[in-house]
Amino acid sequence: MTTSSSGQGVSLGMPELPAPDYPDDVRARLEQDAREIIARYPDSRSALLPLLHLVQSEEGYVTRTGMRFCADVLGLTTAEVTAVATFYTMYRRRPSGDYQVGVCTNTLCAVMGGDAIFEALQEHLGVGNGETTDDGKVTVEHIECNAACDYAPVVMVNWEFFDNQTPASVKRLVDDLRAGRPVTPTRGAPLCTFKETARILAGFPDEREGATEAGGSAGPASLMGLRLAKGEAAPARVVHPRDGGPDDGGPHGRPRDAAVHLSSHDAPQETSASDPSHPQGPVGEEGEG
Amino acid sequence: MTLAPEIDESSPEKLLVPVLSAFWDEDRSWTLDVYRRHEGYEGLRKALAMSPDDVIAYVKDSGLRGRGGAGFPTGMKWQFIPQGDGKPHYLVVNADESEPGTCKDIPLLFANPHSLIEGIVIACYAIRSSHAFIYLRGEVVPVLRRLHSAVREAYAAGYLGENILGSGLDLDITVHAGAGAYICGEETALLDSLEGRRGQPRLRPPFPAVAGLYACPTVVNNVESIASVPAILKNGKDWFRSMGSEKSPGFTLYSLSGHVANPGQYEAPLGITLRQLLDMSGGMRPGHRLKFWTPGGSSTPMFTDEHLDVPLDYEGVGAAGSMLGTKALQCFDETTCVVRAVTRWTEFYAHESCGKCTPCREGTYWMVQLMRDLEAGKGAMSDLDKLYDIADNVNGKSFCALGDGSAQPIFSSLKYFREEYEQHITGRGCPFDPAKSTAWADRKEVSA
Repeated sequence: MTTSSSGQGVSLGMPELPAPDYPDDVRARLEQDAREIIARYPDSRSALLPLLHLVQSEEGYVTRTGMRFCADVLGLTTAEVTAVATFYTMYRRRPSGDYQVGVCTNTLCAVMGGDAIFEALQEHLGVGNGETTDDGKVTVEHIECNAACDYAPVVMVNWEFFDNQTPASVKRLVDDLRAGRPVTPTRGAPLCTFKETARILAGFPDEREGATEAGGSAGPASLMGLRLAKGEAAPARVVHPRDGGPDDGGPHGRPRDAAVHLSSHDAPQETSASDPSHPQGPVGEEGEG
Repeated sequence: MTLAPEIDESSPEKLLVPVLSAFWDEDRSWTLDVYRRHEGYEGLRKALAMSPDDVIAYVKDSGLRGRGGAGFPTGMKWQFIPQGDGKPHYLVVNADESEPGTCKDIPLLFANPHSLIEGIVIACYAIRSSHAFIYLRGEVVPVLRRLHSAVREAYAAGYLGENILGSGLDLDITVHAGAGAYICGEETALLDSLEGRRGQPRLRPPFPAVAGLYACPTVVNNVESIASVPAILKNGKDWFRSMGSEKSPGFTLYSLSGHVANPGQYEAPLGITLRQLLDMSGGMRPGHRLKFWTPGGSSTPMFTDEHLDVPLDYEGVGAAGSMLGTKALQCFDETTCVVRAVTRWTEFYAHESCGKCTPCREGTYWMVQLMRDLEAGKGAMSDLDKLYDIADNVNGKSFCALGDGSAQPIFSSLKYFREEYEQHITGRGCPFDPAKSTAWADRKEVSA
């Protein structure tokens, strides 16, 4: 489904009811995970960030139920948990796709082609920033610098690196994802779903055979200085590994419309309380961090 | 050796010194086996044969300075931890690498995570800590896998856990993944975040060395700082001091990115120049010239082609009016609109401002409005002074350096490229074609 930010009325009447609980079996399983997470820290509250990753791995986004669960196991109020969950951008606040495709549009990647990629991708999929394709597979968003500037322009899918991308390579990438074809990052393991990724972020190791090995020791740009120091000739400039020309009829050749700002990311975001079964959001929620 | 501009030995073999990156090209470089084959954990053995205070003094004497941006002497940070106070001490490694342009810690942790773990054990022995945390930004799952794997290997081999190598030292490491917030790279915001709160900076004093994590004495060090410690112990402080300058000794990772022929990581003694790095690596992309660059990420005032011979060490860059920062050398050529670049950075700071301090929260918002208007050709000449004035009211007015960082691209671009801002105003629009700046612009004929 395509999620949209509209259609969420503001309720001025009854305060909303507490979020529903997880089913017993789910709760029991999550409680066991939570105990393991809490045991890593001298103070239980430190477990809140990994716990939010954990509840995200259960439902694909941070629901009111998930936040209530975090509050219960840590002895916090739901308000305290909500304050934290809304501060960090990796916590989704509404249902989203299996694959989160993030295009870096911070200055260096934007200049090197990130803006053109982001524009082409939205046009190709017919969705805007933060929106999901109808089949529920791909959520598109622009992201900030992801510490891979020597591989610009960079695209992250479920937080695995796709280096040296072009509009054509990214279009093919999302087509492959939607068709269920296997996709391998340039640095990182074969893609798993967003939920499975969230579980790794909660601190549970990726048990898949070969996941840690995938991607080799270092990418080509990381080795540039080492190769020179060893007297090996400077390799030719690395070309985007997913191949393909810069674009095929995409819009990047035309002068940029200066009035359009691709990075209008200080717009207000959805609240965390976007549980479809409890559509009314909290009144006066915290702004973005 | 000190690298002076007159040295004509400009070959990469002479100018580069791969230490942390020395074996990244080997198969399975991230594993304990490969690390040990390269004398891994030998620095730890030397450290454990010394007293903790002697280790602190040794690192202090080596002159190692923080690689996360501020350049504070690492040994001195360790020395500030009060000893015999009866409280737990903590080491927190800042692996929240997020400063735009910065891309050194992530490849380091991907290819050689054991250098960090060995450094952590040495540091914890020195400051008498039995629990260390690695705060890794969440958006780098491949690195998280390798850290999990390396920590597991280190426990199994007896480098972590109880009575490490028979020394009596007990140490646990917790790998903690963040959740997406640039501000958490600021050390006190990082501590709040690690305590399960919104990542907002704390007022200092008290400094983390006195009241850090859980209000206990805490050292917060950058990944590269800690990962450099084992090599110093293993090869000696004199070896370390033989590189770089008196005040900026040692080796470091320089990250070359942008419109250069060969972007990547270049490990060299402190004090190398951008000209030397470009000369050895193939220069700017063919047919283009350098227009502006950052010495250490977007928060460090930008430089131009006049600054190619500035020694890239703490003093050299400081004397030229900027900061060494994270040695993130983002290079932009003449196709790049500086107003567009600064607008995007300003949008970044506005997005990442945590909102705690009014000047930063409100100032970055207004700077974005002005920059957007200017870029779109809707600005007035008076907006340039207004922009400068707002940046001046953000700079130095908040708890942490995020606001200061947001003002630097504006100050420095107005200083070097005021004419270009004026062109946008008088020409009622941006004179640049963004299609010419892309990585593929010259690869194939593209009609603009």
